[in-house]
Amino acid sequence: MNIIEFNHLTKYYGDVKGCEDINFSIQEGEIFGFIGPNGAGKSTTIRTMLSLIYPTSGSVTIFGKDAIEFGHEIRQDIGYLPSEIFYYDKMKVIDLLQYSASFYKKNCDQRIHELAEIMELDLSRKIQDLSYGNKKKVGIVQGLLHSPKIIILDEPTSGLDPLMQQKFFQLIVEENKKGATVFFSSHILSEVQQLCNRVAIIKNGEIVGIQDIKELRGDTYKKFTIIGTNLNHGKFDVEGVTNLNSSDHKVTFFFKGNVNHIVSLLATLTLDDVLIEEPTLEEIFMHYYE
Amino acid sequence: MNVFLFELKSIRKSLITWSLSISAFLVFYLSFFPLMESSGGSFDQIMANFPPEFTAFFGMSPELPISTIMGYFALTFGIVQIPLAIQASNYGFHILSVEERELTADFLFSKPIKRSTILYSKLGAITISLTVVNVLLFISTLICLTLFRAGTTVDYLAVVTVLSSIFFFQLFFVGVGMVISVSLKKIPSVLSFSMALSLGMYMASSLDTMMSMQIMKYVSPFSMFSPTRILIDGHLNLISLLICIVVIFGTILTSYFLYLKRNIASL
Repeated sequence: MNIIEFNHLTKYYGDVKGCEDINFSIQEGEIFGFIGPNGAGKSTTIRTMLSLIYPTSGSVTIFGKDAIEFGHEIRQDIGYLPSEIFYYDKMKVIDLLQYSASFYKKNCDQRIHELAEIMELDLSRKIQDLSYGNKKKVGIVQGLLHSPKIIILDEPTSGLDPLMQQKFFQLIVEENKKGATVFFSSHILSEVQQLCNRVAIIKNGEIVGIQDIKELRGDTYKKFTIIGTNLNHGKFDVEGVTNLNSSDHKVTFFFKGNVNHIVSLLATLTLDDVLIEEPTLEEIFMHYYE
Repeated sequence: MNVFLFELKSIRKSLITWSLSISAFLVFYLSFFPLMESSGGSFDQIMANFPPEFTAFFGMSPELPISTIMGYFALTFGIVQIPLAIQASNYGFHILSVEERELTADFLFSKPIKRSTILYSKLGAITISLTVVNVLLFISTLICLTLFRAGTTVDYLAVVTVLSSIFFFQLFFVGVGMVISVSLKKIPSVLSFSMALSLGMYMASSLDTMMSMQIMKYVSPFSMFSPTRILIDGHLNLISLLICIVVIFGTILTSYFLYLKRNIASL
Protein backbone atom coordinates (compact mmCIF):
# COMPACT_ATOMS: atom_id res chain seq x y z
CA MET A 1 0.00 0.00 0.00
CA ASN A 2 1.25 3.50 -0.79
CA ILE A 3 1.53 5.37 2.48
CA ILE A 4 2.99 8.57 1.01
CA GLU A 5 2.26 9.80 -2.51
CA PHE A 6 3.75 12.85 -4.15
CA ASN A 7 1.55 14.01 -7.01
CA HIS A 8 3.43 16.39 -9.31
CA LEU A 9 4.45 18.43 -6.29
CA THR A 10 5.92 21.82 -7.20
CA LYS A 11 7.04 24.61 -4.92
CA TYR A 12 8.37 27.99 -5.96
CA TYR A 13 9.48 30.68 -3.53
CA GLY A 14 8.64 33.64 -5.71
CA ASP A 15 10.84 32.99 -8.75
CA VAL A 16 13.14 30.63 -6.95
CA LYS A 17 12.53 26.95 -7.51
CA GLY A 18 12.23 24.84 -4.37
CA CYS A 19 11.19 21.62 -6.06
CA GLU A 20 9.42 20.76 -9.29
CA ASP A 21 7.16 17.94 -10.42
CA ILE A 22 8.04 15.56 -7.59
CA ASN A 23 6.08 12.45 -8.42
CA PHE A 24 6.66 9.16 -6.62
CA SER A 25 5.25 7.09 -3.81
CA ILE A 26 6.49 5.25 -0.76
CA GLN A 27 5.18 1.89 0.40
CA GLU A 28 4.11 1.15 3.92
CA GLY A 29 6.98 -0.36 5.93
CA GLU A 30 9.76 0.93 3.71
CA ILE A 31 12.88 2.74 4.81
CA PHE A 32 13.07 5.20 1.99
CA GLY A 33 16.17 7.24 1.35
CA PHE A 34 16.06 10.73 -0.08
CA ILE A 35 19.42 11.98 -1.18
CA GLY A 36 20.84 14.93 -2.94
CA PRO A 37 23.36 17.69 -2.41
CA ASN A 38 22.67 20.66 -0.15
CA GLY A 39 20.03 22.95 -1.59
CA ALA A 40 18.61 20.31 -3.92
CA GLY A 41 15.09 20.61 -2.51
CA LYS A 42 15.05 17.89 0.16
CA SER A 43 13.85 20.13 2.97
CA THR A 44 11.33 21.87 0.72
CA THR A 45 9.79 18.48 -0.11
CA ILE A 46 9.71 17.45 3.54
CA ARG A 47 8.26 20.75 4.73
CA THR A 48 5.39 20.35 2.28
CA MET A 49 4.63 16.91 3.70
CA LEU A 50 4.23 18.53 7.12
CA SER A 51 2.29 21.51 5.67
CA LEU A 52 4.88 23.88 7.07
CA ILE A 53 4.81 25.34 3.57
CA TYR A 54 2.14 25.22 0.89
CA PRO A 55 2.72 23.74 -2.57
CA THR A 56 2.60 26.02 -5.60
CA SER A 57 0.93 23.14 -7.46
CA GLY A 58 0.49 19.41 -7.06
CA SER A 59 -0.09 17.71 -3.74
CA VAL A 60 1.14 15.22 -1.19
CA THR A 61 -1.14 12.44 0.02
CA ILE A 62 -0.34 10.68 3.29
CA PHE A 63 -2.43 7.78 4.65
CA GLY A 64 -4.64 8.46 1.60
CA LYS A 65 -5.43 11.99 2.79
CA ASP A 66 -4.32 15.34 1.46
CA ALA A 67 -1.40 16.58 3.55
CA ILE A 68 -2.59 20.18 3.62
CA GLU A 69 -6.30 19.70 4.18
CA PHE A 70 -5.96 16.98 6.80
CA GLY A 71 -2.56 18.10 8.05
CA HIS A 72 -3.34 18.10 11.74
CA GLU A 73 -4.90 14.61 11.60
CA ILE A 74 -2.03 13.18 9.61
CA ARG A 75 0.60 14.67 11.88
CA GLN A 76 -0.89 12.69 14.77
CA ASP A 77 0.99 9.72 13.28
CA ILE A 78 4.10 11.45 12.01
CA GLY A 79 7.34 11.87 13.89
CA TYR A 80 9.63 14.55 12.50
CA LEU A 81 13.25 15.26 13.25
CA PRO A 82 14.29 18.57 11.69
CA SER A 83 17.81 19.06 10.41
CA GLU A 84 18.55 21.99 12.69
CA ILE A 85 17.38 21.61 16.23
CA PHE A 86 16.13 24.61 18.17
CA TYR A 87 13.84 24.39 21.15
CA TYR A 88 12.52 26.63 23.86
CA ASP A 89 15.90 27.24 25.46
CA LYS A 90 14.77 27.95 28.97
CA MET A 91 12.80 24.73 29.35
CA LYS A 92 14.06 21.57 30.91
CA VAL A 93 14.37 18.59 28.59
CA ILE A 94 11.63 16.68 30.38
CA ASP A 95 9.25 19.66 30.25
CA LEU A 96 9.81 20.06 26.54
CA LEU A 97 9.22 16.36 25.93
CA GLN A 98 6.05 16.41 28.01
CA TYR A 99 4.85 19.47 26.13
CA SER A 100 5.58 17.63 22.91
CA ALA A 101 3.71 14.55 24.19
CA SER A 102 0.69 16.67 25.16
CA PHE A 103 -0.17 17.07 21.47
CA TYR A 104 -0.74 13.34 20.99
CA LYS A 105 -3.73 11.32 22.02
CA LYS A 106 -1.74 8.77 23.99
CA ASN A 107 0.33 8.55 27.12
CA CYS A 108 3.99 8.76 26.12
CA ASP A 109 5.66 8.95 29.56
CA GLN A 110 7.07 5.45 29.53
CA ARG A 111 8.37 5.76 25.99
CA ILE A 112 10.09 9.08 26.83
CA HIS A 113 12.09 7.41 29.57
CA GLU A 114 12.91 4.36 27.44
CA LEU A 115 14.17 6.51 24.59
CA ALA A 116 16.11 8.83 26.89
CA GLU A 117 17.84 5.80 28.36
CA ILE A 118 18.77 4.39 24.96
CA MET A 119 20.08 7.75 23.76
CA GLU A 120 21.76 8.49 27.14
CA LEU A 121 19.92 11.77 27.51
CA ASP A 122 19.76 13.59 30.84
CA LEU A 123 16.13 14.71 31.20
CA SER A 124 16.67 17.15 34.06
CA ARG A 125 18.95 19.58 32.27
CA LYS A 126 17.98 22.85 30.70
CA ILE A 127 17.97 22.86 26.92
CA GLN A 128 20.19 25.93 26.66
CA ASP A 129 22.93 24.07 28.55
CA LEU A 130 23.00 21.16 26.10
CA SER A 131 25.62 20.60 23.42
CA TYR A 132 24.57 20.37 19.78
CA GLY A 133 24.72 16.58 19.86
CA ASN A 134 22.60 16.43 22.99
CA LYS A 135 20.04 18.76 21.47
CA LYS A 136 19.91 16.37 18.55
CA LYS A 137 19.12 13.58 20.98
CA VAL A 138 16.25 15.66 22.38
CA GLY A 139 15.06 15.95 18.79
CA ILE A 140 15.21 12.21 18.29
CA VAL A 141 13.26 11.45 21.47
CA GLN A 142 10.79 14.20 20.61
CA GLY A 143 10.26 12.72 17.16
CA LEU A 144 9.77 9.14 18.34
CA LEU A 145 8.01 9.42 21.69
CA HIS A 146 4.53 8.86 20.29
CA SER A 147 5.52 5.75 18.28
CA PRO A 148 4.61 7.35 14.94
CA LYS A 149 3.59 5.36 11.85
CA ILE A 150 5.75 7.56 9.64
CA ILE A 151 9.14 8.82 10.74
CA ILE A 152 10.56 11.73 8.77
CA LEU A 153 14.25 12.36 9.29
CA ASP A 154 15.93 15.40 7.77
CA GLU A 155 19.70 14.96 7.95
CA PRO A 156 19.40 13.31 11.34
CA THR A 157 22.96 12.27 12.09
CA SER A 158 24.86 15.57 12.04
CA GLY A 159 26.26 16.24 15.49
CA LEU A 160 25.96 12.65 16.70
CA ASP A 161 29.12 10.71 17.46
CA PRO A 162 29.52 7.40 15.59
CA LEU A 163 28.43 5.34 18.60
CA MET A 164 25.22 7.35 19.03
CA GLN A 165 24.70 7.24 15.30
CA GLN A 166 24.69 3.44 15.45
CA LYS A 167 22.30 3.42 18.41
CA PHE A 168 20.07 5.79 16.53
CA PHE A 169 20.12 3.60 13.43
CA GLN A 170 19.24 0.56 15.54
CA LEU A 171 16.35 2.51 17.01
CA ILE A 172 15.10 3.38 13.55
CA VAL A 173 15.41 -0.21 12.37
CA GLU A 174 13.47 -1.41 15.43
CA GLU A 175 10.71 1.13 14.82
CA ASN A 176 10.64 -0.04 11.22
CA LYS A 177 10.28 -3.66 12.31
CA LYS A 178 7.35 -2.61 14.46
CA GLY A 179 5.73 -1.28 11.29
CA ALA A 180 6.89 2.32 10.96
CA THR A 181 7.65 3.71 7.54
CA VAL A 182 10.81 5.80 7.46
CA PHE A 183 11.57 8.71 5.14
CA PHE A 184 15.26 9.38 5.49
CA SER A 185 16.72 12.49 3.92
CA SER A 186 20.46 12.87 3.78
CA HIS A 187 23.37 14.00 1.69
CA ILE A 188 25.58 11.27 3.17
CA LEU A 189 25.17 8.27 0.91
CA SER A 190 26.85 5.73 3.15
CA GLU A 191 24.22 6.10 5.86
CA VAL A 192 21.44 5.81 3.33
CA GLN A 193 23.17 2.73 1.97
CA GLN A 194 23.25 1.21 5.44
CA LEU A 195 19.55 1.70 6.22
CA CYS A 196 17.38 2.11 3.18
CA ASN A 197 15.55 -0.22 0.83
CA ARG A 198 14.92 2.28 -1.88
CA VAL A 199 16.27 5.68 -2.60
CA ALA A 200 15.22 8.73 -4.60
CA ILE A 201 17.85 11.11 -5.84
CA ILE A 202 16.96 14.79 -6.04
CA LYS A 203 18.97 17.42 -7.85
CA ASN A 204 18.08 21.04 -8.59
CA GLY A 205 14.62 20.44 -7.20
CA GLU A 206 13.83 17.51 -9.49
CA ILE A 207 13.87 13.77 -8.96
CA VAL A 208 16.55 12.35 -11.23
CA GLY A 209 16.19 8.70 -10.29
CA ILE A 210 14.56 6.20 -7.97
CA GLN A 211 16.51 3.04 -7.33
CA ASP A 212 16.35 -0.15 -5.37
CA ILE A 213 19.50 -0.19 -3.29
CA LYS A 214 20.17 -3.93 -3.43
CA GLU A 215 19.56 -4.07 -7.14
CA LEU A 216 21.77 -1.07 -7.57
CA ARG A 217 24.71 -2.40 -5.66
CA GLY A 218 25.78 -6.03 -5.29
CA ASP A 219 24.05 -7.62 -8.25
CA THR A 220 24.95 -5.29 -10.99
CA TYR A 221 27.96 -3.03 -10.76
CA LYS A 222 31.56 -4.08 -10.13
CA LYS A 223 34.36 -1.66 -9.77
CA PHE A 224 37.61 -2.65 -11.49
CA THR A 225 41.01 -1.20 -10.71
CA ILE A 226 43.81 -2.44 -12.95
CA ILE A 227 47.46 -1.58 -12.51
CA GLY A 228 50.18 -2.37 -15.03
CA THR A 229 52.11 -0.78 -17.89
CA ASN A 230 51.00 0.53 -21.28
CA LEU A 231 47.36 0.19 -20.39
CA ASN A 232 46.10 3.23 -22.26
CA HIS A 233 45.11 1.32 -25.38
CA GLY A 234 41.35 1.75 -25.28
CA LYS A 235 40.58 -1.97 -25.11
CA PHE A 236 38.44 -1.45 -22.01
CA ASP A 237 35.96 0.74 -23.78
CA VAL A 238 33.51 -2.09 -24.34
CA GLU A 239 29.80 -2.49 -23.73
CA GLY A 240 28.81 -2.40 -20.05
CA VAL A 241 31.74 -0.25 -18.98
CA THR A 242 31.06 3.13 -17.44
CA ASN A 243 33.06 5.78 -15.64
CA LEU A 244 36.18 4.71 -17.50
CA ASN A 245 39.32 6.42 -16.30
CA SER A 246 42.50 5.32 -17.95
CA SER A 247 46.14 6.25 -17.89
CA ASP A 248 49.26 4.31 -18.82
CA HIS A 249 49.65 2.75 -15.39
CA LYS A 250 46.16 2.60 -13.99
CA VAL A 251 42.69 2.01 -15.31
CA THR A 252 39.48 2.18 -13.29
CA PHE A 253 35.94 1.59 -14.47
CA PHE A 254 32.53 0.24 -13.45
CA PHE A 255 31.23 -2.80 -15.22
CA LYS A 256 27.70 -4.05 -15.46
CA GLY A 257 27.13 -7.30 -17.36
CA ASN A 258 28.76 -10.67 -17.83
CA VAL A 259 32.06 -10.52 -15.89
CA ASN A 260 33.59 -13.26 -18.08
CA HIS A 261 34.00 -10.72 -20.86
CA ILE A 262 36.22 -8.57 -18.70
CA VAL A 263 38.08 -11.52 -17.13
CA SER A 264 38.99 -12.93 -20.53
CA LEU A 265 40.10 -9.48 -21.63
CA LEU A 266 42.28 -9.22 -18.52
CA ALA A 267 43.79 -12.64 -19.27
CA THR A 268 45.35 -11.24 -22.44
CA LEU A 269 47.25 -8.59 -20.47
CA THR A 270 50.25 -8.65 -18.18
CA LEU A 271 49.23 -6.86 -14.98
CA ASP A 272 50.90 -5.77 -11.76
CA ASP A 273 47.70 -5.83 -9.77
CA VAL A 274 43.96 -6.09 -10.12
CA LEU A 275 41.20 -5.15 -7.73
CA ILE A 276 37.53 -6.05 -8.22
CA GLU A 277 35.14 -4.62 -5.65
CA GLU A 278 31.63 -3.43 -5.06
CA PRO A 279 31.38 0.27 -5.64
CA THR A 280 29.99 2.47 -2.87
CA LEU A 281 26.81 4.35 -3.55
CA GLU A 282 28.85 7.52 -3.58
CA GLU A 283 30.69 6.27 -6.59
CA ILE A 284 27.59 5.07 -8.38
CA PHE A 285 25.73 8.31 -7.74
CA MET A 286 28.56 10.70 -8.18
CA HIS A 287 27.46 11.58 -11.68
CA TYR A 288 24.09 12.71 -10.33
CA TYR A 289 25.87 15.07 -8.00
CA GLU A 290 28.16 16.62 -10.57
CA MET B 1 -5.55 23.82 25.66
CA ASN B 2 -1.88 22.83 26.00
CA VAL B 3 -0.73 25.62 23.67
CA PHE B 4 -2.89 28.13 25.54
CA LEU B 5 -1.36 27.19 28.89
CA PHE B 6 2.10 27.18 27.37
CA GLU B 7 1.63 30.66 25.92
CA LEU B 8 0.17 31.95 29.15
CA LYS B 9 3.17 30.58 31.01
CA SER B 10 5.60 32.09 28.56
CA ILE B 11 4.18 35.61 28.90
CA ARG B 12 3.64 35.28 32.63
CA LYS B 13 6.83 37.05 33.62
CA SER B 14 6.36 39.98 31.27
CA LEU B 15 2.73 40.23 32.36
CA ILE B 16 3.65 40.47 36.03
CA THR B 17 6.36 43.05 35.34
CA TRP B 18 4.20 45.21 33.11
CA SER B 19 1.00 45.15 35.09
CA LEU B 20 2.70 45.79 38.43
CA SER B 21 4.88 48.60 37.15
CA ILE B 22 2.02 50.31 35.32
CA SER B 23 -0.18 50.14 38.42
CA ALA B 24 2.69 51.28 40.64
CA PHE B 25 3.32 54.22 38.34
CA LEU B 26 -0.34 55.23 38.52
CA VAL B 27 -0.46 54.88 42.30
CA PHE B 28 2.76 56.85 42.68
CA TYR B 29 1.54 59.78 40.60
CA LEU B 30 -1.97 59.90 42.06
CA SER B 31 -0.51 59.92 45.57
CA PHE B 32 0.92 63.38 44.85
CA PHE B 33 -2.50 64.92 44.28
CA PRO B 34 -3.05 66.05 47.91
CA LEU B 35 0.15 68.11 47.57
CA MET B 36 -1.04 69.60 44.32
CA GLU B 37 -4.44 70.41 45.82
CA SER B 38 -2.96 72.07 48.89
CA SER B 39 -0.90 74.41 46.74
CA GLY B 40 -4.23 76.05 46.01
CA GLY B 41 -4.31 76.42 42.28
CA SER B 42 -0.82 77.92 41.95
CA PHE B 43 -0.03 75.09 39.52
CA ASP B 44 -2.96 76.14 37.38
CA GLN B 45 -1.52 79.61 37.23
CA ILE B 46 1.87 78.30 36.19
CA MET B 47 0.23 76.19 33.52
CA ALA B 48 -1.81 79.15 32.33
CA ASN B 49 1.46 80.99 31.66
CA PHE B 50 2.54 78.33 29.19
CA PRO B 51 1.37 78.68 25.61
CA PRO B 52 -1.85 76.64 25.14
CA GLU B 53 -0.18 74.54 22.41
CA PHE B 54 2.38 73.39 24.96
CA THR B 55 -0.12 72.27 27.57
CA ALA B 56 -2.28 70.68 24.89
CA PHE B 57 0.69 68.62 23.75
CA PHE B 58 0.67 66.97 27.17
CA GLY B 59 -3.06 66.39 27.04
CA MET B 60 -4.05 69.19 29.39
CA SER B 61 -7.05 71.39 28.81
CA PRO B 62 -8.10 74.62 30.51
CA GLU B 63 -11.53 73.04 30.84
CA LEU B 64 -10.04 70.48 33.21
CA PRO B 65 -7.48 72.18 35.47
CA ILE B 66 -4.92 69.90 37.09
CA SER B 67 -5.71 71.27 40.50
CA THR B 68 -8.93 69.23 40.37
CA ILE B 69 -8.68 65.50 40.93
CA MET B 70 -10.27 64.85 37.52
CA GLY B 71 -7.79 67.05 35.74
CA TYR B 72 -4.91 65.47 37.59
CA PHE B 73 -6.20 61.98 36.82
CA ALA B 74 -6.58 62.85 33.14
CA LEU B 75 -2.95 63.95 32.98
CA THR B 76 -1.72 60.85 34.84
CA PHE B 77 -3.81 58.43 32.82
CA GLY B 78 -2.64 60.05 29.59
CA ILE B 79 0.91 59.11 30.55
CA VAL B 80 -0.09 55.62 31.71
CA GLN B 81 -1.50 55.02 28.24
CA ILE B 82 2.04 55.00 26.82
CA PRO B 83 3.25 51.87 28.66
CA LEU B 84 -0.18 50.30 28.05
CA ALA B 85 0.35 50.84 24.32
CA ILE B 86 3.90 49.48 24.41
CA GLN B 87 2.83 46.40 26.34
CA ALA B 88 -0.03 45.68 23.95
CA SER B 89 2.10 46.23 20.84
CA ASN B 90 4.73 43.94 22.31
CA TYR B 91 2.15 41.16 22.52
CA GLY B 92 0.87 41.92 19.04
CA PHE B 93 4.26 41.85 17.35
CA HIS B 94 5.52 38.95 19.45
CA ILE B 95 2.78 36.40 19.58
CA LEU B 96 2.58 35.18 15.98
CA SER B 97 6.22 35.75 15.08
CA VAL B 98 7.98 34.26 18.08
CA GLU B 99 8.33 30.73 16.70
CA GLU B 100 10.00 31.84 13.50
CA ARG B 101 12.25 34.29 15.32
CA GLU B 102 13.32 31.81 17.98
CA LEU B 103 13.40 28.96 15.47
CA THR B 104 10.88 26.81 17.27
CA ALA B 105 8.41 26.90 14.38
CA ASP B 106 9.35 23.46 13.07
CA PHE B 107 8.62 22.02 16.47
CA LEU B 108 5.19 23.56 16.94
CA PHE B 109 3.85 23.40 13.40
CA SER B 110 4.82 19.77 12.84
CA LYS B 111 2.63 18.79 15.78
CA PRO B 112 -0.92 17.53 15.18
CA ILE B 113 -2.61 20.86 15.73
CA LYS B 114 -4.43 23.22 13.37
CA ARG B 115 -2.91 26.62 12.83
CA SER B 116 -6.25 28.17 13.69
CA THR B 117 -6.14 26.40 17.08
CA ILE B 118 -2.66 27.81 17.66
CA LEU B 119 -3.94 31.28 16.82
CA TYR B 120 -6.98 30.99 19.12
CA SER B 121 -4.80 29.73 21.94
CA LYS B 122 -2.41 32.64 21.54
CA LEU B 123 -5.25 35.17 21.34
CA GLY B 124 -6.79 33.59 24.42
CA ALA B 125 -3.55 33.95 26.35
CA ILE B 126 -3.27 37.61 25.34
CA THR B 127 -6.88 38.30 26.31
CA ILE B 128 -6.27 36.85 29.75
CA SER B 129 -3.14 38.98 30.14
CA LEU B 130 -4.91 42.15 29.09
CA THR B 131 -7.75 41.35 31.47
CA VAL B 132 -5.29 41.06 34.34
CA VAL B 133 -3.85 44.49 33.52
CA ASN B 134 -7.35 45.93 33.28
CA VAL B 135 -8.49 44.54 36.60
CA LEU B 136 -5.34 45.77 38.35
CA LEU B 137 -5.72 49.25 36.89
CA PHE B 138 -9.42 49.40 37.73
CA ILE B 139 -8.77 48.48 41.33
CA SER B 140 -5.72 50.68 41.87
CA THR B 141 -7.30 53.70 40.17
CA LEU B 142 -10.53 53.52 42.12
CA ILE B 143 -8.75 52.99 45.44
CA CYS B 144 -6.23 55.77 44.78
CA LEU B 145 -8.83 58.30 43.67
CA THR B 146 -10.82 57.60 46.81
CA LEU B 147 -7.77 57.81 49.08
CA PHE B 148 -6.05 60.80 47.54
CA ARG B 149 -8.96 62.94 46.38
CA ALA B 150 -8.21 65.37 49.25
CA GLY B 151 -11.81 66.17 49.84
CA THR B 152 -12.63 67.04 46.23
CA THR B 153 -15.34 65.22 44.25
CA VAL B 154 -14.63 62.32 41.98
CA ASP B 155 -16.92 61.63 39.04
CA TYR B 156 -16.72 57.84 39.34
CA LEU B 157 -18.92 57.18 36.31
CA ALA B 158 -16.60 59.21 34.10
CA VAL B 159 -13.56 57.48 35.63
CA VAL B 160 -15.02 54.04 34.92
CA THR B 161 -15.72 55.17 31.35
CA VAL B 162 -12.05 56.11 30.98
CA LEU B 163 -10.94 52.79 32.47
CA SER B 164 -13.28 50.83 30.21
CA SER B 165 -11.45 52.25 27.21
CA ILE B 166 -8.21 50.43 28.16
CA PHE B 167 -9.36 47.16 26.65
CA PHE B 168 -10.17 48.65 23.23
CA PHE B 169 -7.09 50.83 23.43
CA GLN B 170 -4.82 47.82 23.98
CA LEU B 171 -6.56 45.49 21.51
CA PHE B 172 -6.01 48.12 18.82
CA PHE B 173 -2.25 47.81 19.33
CA VAL B 174 -2.41 44.03 19.56
CA GLY B 175 -4.31 43.81 16.28
CA VAL B 176 -2.12 46.24 14.36
CA GLY B 177 1.03 44.55 15.74
CA MET B 178 -0.23 41.12 14.70
CA VAL B 179 -1.19 42.11 11.18
CA ILE B 180 2.19 43.78 10.61
CA SER B 181 4.06 40.79 12.03
CA VAL B 182 2.32 38.28 9.72
CA SER B 183 2.66 40.56 6.70
CA LEU B 184 6.42 40.72 7.07
CA LYS B 185 8.83 37.84 6.55
CA LYS B 186 10.44 38.31 9.91
CA ILE B 187 10.29 40.59 12.94
CA PRO B 188 13.92 40.79 14.01
CA SER B 189 13.28 42.80 17.18
CA VAL B 190 9.84 43.11 18.74
CA LEU B 191 10.70 46.06 20.99
CA SER B 192 11.82 48.36 18.20
CA PHE B 193 8.62 47.67 16.26
CA SER B 194 6.36 48.16 19.25
CA MET B 195 8.16 51.34 20.36
CA ALA B 196 7.83 52.74 16.86
CA LEU B 197 4.12 51.94 16.69
CA SER B 198 3.13 53.12 20.15
CA LEU B 199 5.35 56.20 20.39
CA GLY B 200 4.51 57.08 16.79
CA MET B 201 0.82 57.00 17.61
CA TYR B 202 1.44 59.01 20.77
CA MET B 203 3.40 61.71 18.96
CA ALA B 204 0.85 61.87 16.18
CA SER B 205 -1.90 62.28 18.70
CA SER B 206 -0.05 64.96 20.71
CA LEU B 207 0.80 66.98 17.61
CA ASP B 208 -2.80 66.65 16.46
CA THR B 209 -4.08 68.06 19.77
CA MET B 210 -1.45 70.79 19.78
CA MET B 211 -2.43 71.96 16.32
CA SER B 212 -6.16 71.28 16.90
CA MET B 213 -6.39 69.19 13.74
CA GLN B 214 -8.95 66.68 15.02
CA ILE B 215 -7.81 63.99 12.57
CA MET B 216 -6.14 61.60 14.96
CA LYS B 217 -9.33 60.80 16.80
CA TYR B 218 -10.05 58.56 13.82
CA VAL B 219 -6.52 57.12 13.65
CA SER B 220 -4.60 57.06 16.92
CA PRO B 221 -5.99 55.38 20.04
CA PHE B 222 -4.33 58.09 22.12
CA SER B 223 -6.76 60.57 20.58
CA MET B 224 -9.64 58.11 20.23
CA PHE B 225 -9.55 57.51 23.96
CA SER B 226 -8.04 60.77 25.22
CA PRO B 227 -8.85 60.75 28.97
CA THR B 228 -9.17 64.56 29.02
CA ARG B 229 -11.76 64.38 26.25
CA ILE B 230 -13.69 61.56 27.89
CA LEU B 231 -13.73 63.28 31.29
CA ILE B 232 -14.94 66.57 29.78
CA ASP B 233 -17.58 64.91 27.58
CA GLY B 234 -18.52 62.29 30.16
CA HIS B 235 -18.65 59.59 27.47
CA LEU B 236 -16.55 57.88 24.80
CA ASN B 237 -16.56 59.30 21.30
CA LEU B 238 -18.83 56.84 19.50
CA ILE B 239 -17.28 57.24 16.06
CA SER B 240 -13.80 56.73 17.48
CA LEU B 241 -14.97 53.66 19.36
CA LEU B 242 -16.60 52.26 16.26
CA ILE B 243 -13.48 52.83 14.16
CA CYS B 244 -11.39 51.18 16.84
CA ILE B 245 -13.63 48.10 16.93
CA VAL B 246 -13.54 47.84 13.13
CA VAL B 247 -9.72 48.06 13.19
CA ILE B 248 -9.51 45.39 15.90
CA PHE B 249 -11.73 42.94 14.01
CA GLY B 250 -10.20 43.80 10.66
CA THR B 251 -6.62 43.28 11.79
CA ILE B 252 -7.36 40.09 13.69
CA LEU B 253 -9.27 38.58 10.75
CA THR B 254 -6.55 39.56 8.27
CA SER B 255 -3.90 38.12 10.59
CA TYR B 256 -5.91 34.91 10.82
CA PHE B 257 -5.98 34.38 7.06
CA LEU B 258 -2.36 35.38 6.53
CA TYR B 259 -1.22 33.15 9.38
CA LEU B 260 -3.12 30.16 8.01
CA LYS B 261 -1.56 30.57 4.56
CA ARG B 262 1.91 31.42 5.79
CA ASN B 263 4.94 29.50 4.54
CA ILE B 264 7.02 28.80 7.61
CA ALA B 265 10.55 29.92 6.79
CA SER B 266 13.12 27.19 7.14
CA LEU B 267 16.03 27.71 9.47
